[in-house]
Amino acid sequence: MSESLFATLGNGRALPLAEVPELTLAEFRTAIIQGVRSGQRLACLCADRELNLYAVLAEDPAGLLRAGRTRLDAPRYPALTPQCPQAHLFERELAEQFGIVPEGHPWFKPVRFHPSWVEGRDAWGRTGPIEPGVLDFYEVKGEEVHEVAVGPVHAGVIEPGHFRFQCHGETVFHLEIALGYQHRGIERALEGGPHPLSLKHAETACGDSSIAHAWAYCQALEGLAGMTVPPRAQRVRGVALELERAANHTGDLGALAGDVGFLPTASFCGRIRGDWLNLTAEVCGSRLGRDWLRPGGLRMDLDASRARNLVERLERAWADTRDAVELLWGAASVLNRFEAAGAVDPVQAREIGLVGVPARASGIDLDVRRDHAFGPYREHPVTPQLGESGNVHSRAWVRWMELGESHRFLRAGLESLAWAEPERAFPLPALAADSLCVSLVEGWRGEVLHLAITGPEGRLRRYKIVDPSFHNWFGLALALRGQLISDFPLCNKSFNLSYCGHDL
Amino acid sequence: MIHILLSRWRQGHRTMAYPKTLPALPERFRGRPEFDPGACAEGCHACQDACPTGAIALDRSLDLGRCLFCTECADACPEGVLHFTGDHRLAARGRDDLVQRPGVPPRLAEALDQALMRVLGRSLKLRVVSAGGCNGCEVDVNVLGTLAWDLGRFGIQFVASPRHADGLIICGPVTANMAQAVRKTYDAVPDPKIVIAVGACAISGGPYLHQAEQLGGAAGAGIPVDLFIPGCPPQPHTILDGLLRLLGRTPLP
Repeated sequence: MSESLFATLGNGRALPLAEVPELTLAEFRTAIIQGVRSGQRLACLCADRELNLYAVLAEDPAGLLRAGRTRLDAPRYPALTPQCPQAHLFERELAEQFGIVPEGHPWFKPVRFHPSWVEGRDAWGRTGPIEPGVLDFYEVKGEEVHEVAVGPVHAGVIEPGHFRFQCHGETVFHLEIALGYQHRGIERALEGGPHPLSLKHAETACGDSSIAHAWAYCQALEGLAGMTVPPRAQRVRGVALELERAANHTGDLGALAGDVGFLPTASFCGRIRGDWLNLTAEVCGSRLGRDWLRPGGLRMDLDASRARNLVERLERAWADTRDAVELLWGAASVLNRFEAAGAVDPVQAREIGLVGVPARASGIDLDVRRDHAFGPYREHPVTPQLGESGNVHSRAWVRWMELGESHRFLRAGLESLAWAEPERAFPLPALAADSLCVSLVEGWRGEVLHLAITGPEGRLRRYKIVDPSFHNWFGLALALRGQLISDFPLCNKSFNLSYCGHDL
Repeated sequence: MIHILLSRWRQGHRTMAYPKTLPALPERFRGRPEFDPGACAEGCHACQDACPTGAIALDRSLDLGRCLFCTECADACPEGVLHFTGDHRLAARGRDDLVQRPGVPPRLAEALDQALMRVLGRSLKLRVVSAGGCNGCEVDVNVLGTLAWDLGRFGIQFVASPRHADGLIICGPVTANMAQAVRKTYDAVPDPKIVIAVGACAISGGPYLHQAEQLGGAAGAGIPVDLFIPGCPPQPHTILDGLLRLLGRTPLP
């Protein structure tokens, strides 16, 4: 059985690289393929300049993480994707970054349209300038089949991306999504760190999930430094993360209402989202939670009097949210539209490794806060909320149920902080050399993974970020199959994935 | 239906009075940074060393176009000479106006000239282009469209096509991958047109200023900028203040 081959490790706990066994390529491939077949999830697959491949498998029900690695002799290996679809985008990514060719990959195209990090080694043998979004799109041919191309610049205040629909009349046969327009080189910038800008780069990996990414970064560094963050600071981080979730879920429910033309909830939630963001600003001065966290603890403390004041404002925001969102579930026209759109097949949802809200909406019972509990969630657990149908309604409903859980967690957290003595803050010790740390945080979209590997000087030799959107964009493409193209905005909003988090 | 009406009554009228009254910003809001007139310790450059984007120079000039408002400089200052005020008014017309020099009062954005004002003063349609960055500026631009801010009451509106627009709002450092799209969008806006750079990225590259994958903002991509709105991301009040100043509707005070 594959289990013995990969090393077991905990969320946010570092392991010396020497304890992560270097497998042969055949062992490495078998461990991943068998592992995923037996219900594990490929949370991360990446490479480095020295032709090492690293993989992280998550066994969510058992709360286990496993890491393994192998070293390639040459920049090519037989692709995993044909047997393990979860590897699909990871393999395209590592090909683009390091010029390593996964041979036999069925969908071998660039991901972010940047030159290889290793000079002179390009997986596609390109030598000239690289044009974003120019690739061999999947095409459906036949009478009355037509193609619709949208983007990169969209008709709203939205990030850029290119969508290519293959349609027959109004029906979408296939959607292919080409991203990379937001690529600004975050992973490359983190190499050799921590640098003065590294925390900023983590915070802005995906700006609407600043807390989730900042926490994942802090947790990775704290793991490598062998440091334990005091419980009160962890509780404050929990408050930060749940405020981020509440703001974004409220905004999403409002936007979903807007997309089906139900204006009361759309208008109310647009404002109430701001009320949630302003709670975050009350603690750290920034509506998006910038500079709230730091490796080792907090930059901005949530002191007792502030916590007492926030409880009152929390209750007001929650009452307004409940009043606005409950209108949705009583409107037949809304339910009708929500239920008829954007279903993802539950078997496919597992096969492609969906995470976060879209996964739970398809009945997949996973949530980092429970499965790989970190920080305050060990002592103050939250209950994952599940849907059944995997359609727009399920994704909306899961958000709504999660809002209730976040409110409960926030209320208890703020009340306990209102009486907690401040702790002394400690600086972060030096990072362990030649070690590996996997750090997972459940952001509002889903699993945020940071994988940090240090070199002999204790600097970050490789830093890999996996935003939940990286796993989930393909889910949106599948949700569109057989749908009307006019339902694309609604389906898209029900996923509400990040472009910058994907593009890094 | 009755539930909707009841909710409408409970939620009330919530459009803010700004700019008639000043906003109640959070106590920890980080606005315009300021050096106290008091002298720095001889030879001290702690703030410059602490600044992750090199926004502070030896002569104590501070470039708001690079500033991420992270307060690392103020935290590092041994004399407590540097602090962040609660002043949200930061927008400027010229790139050089963003560089604060000691003893020189800040030069805030002035209104468009008369000819442009006649065309755009009462109805300004803007196309927002997201070009790299983290989606943070987009979040705080978008919020101006909600009913709490109700941007439409000032005659400003975000439109879906550059052909319908009087100008562009650019967010993000303009990644190499967005350079062509930004240029095409700019060219598609009919003359006369204006460009507004929102956020540190669009002004200077922001936290990505050292990255080869980006061009250092709108100006770096060869797009002339008429209004710079600093911040990472700018508070919505800062963005609105800038837009209103451009239209000559100088908010209080």
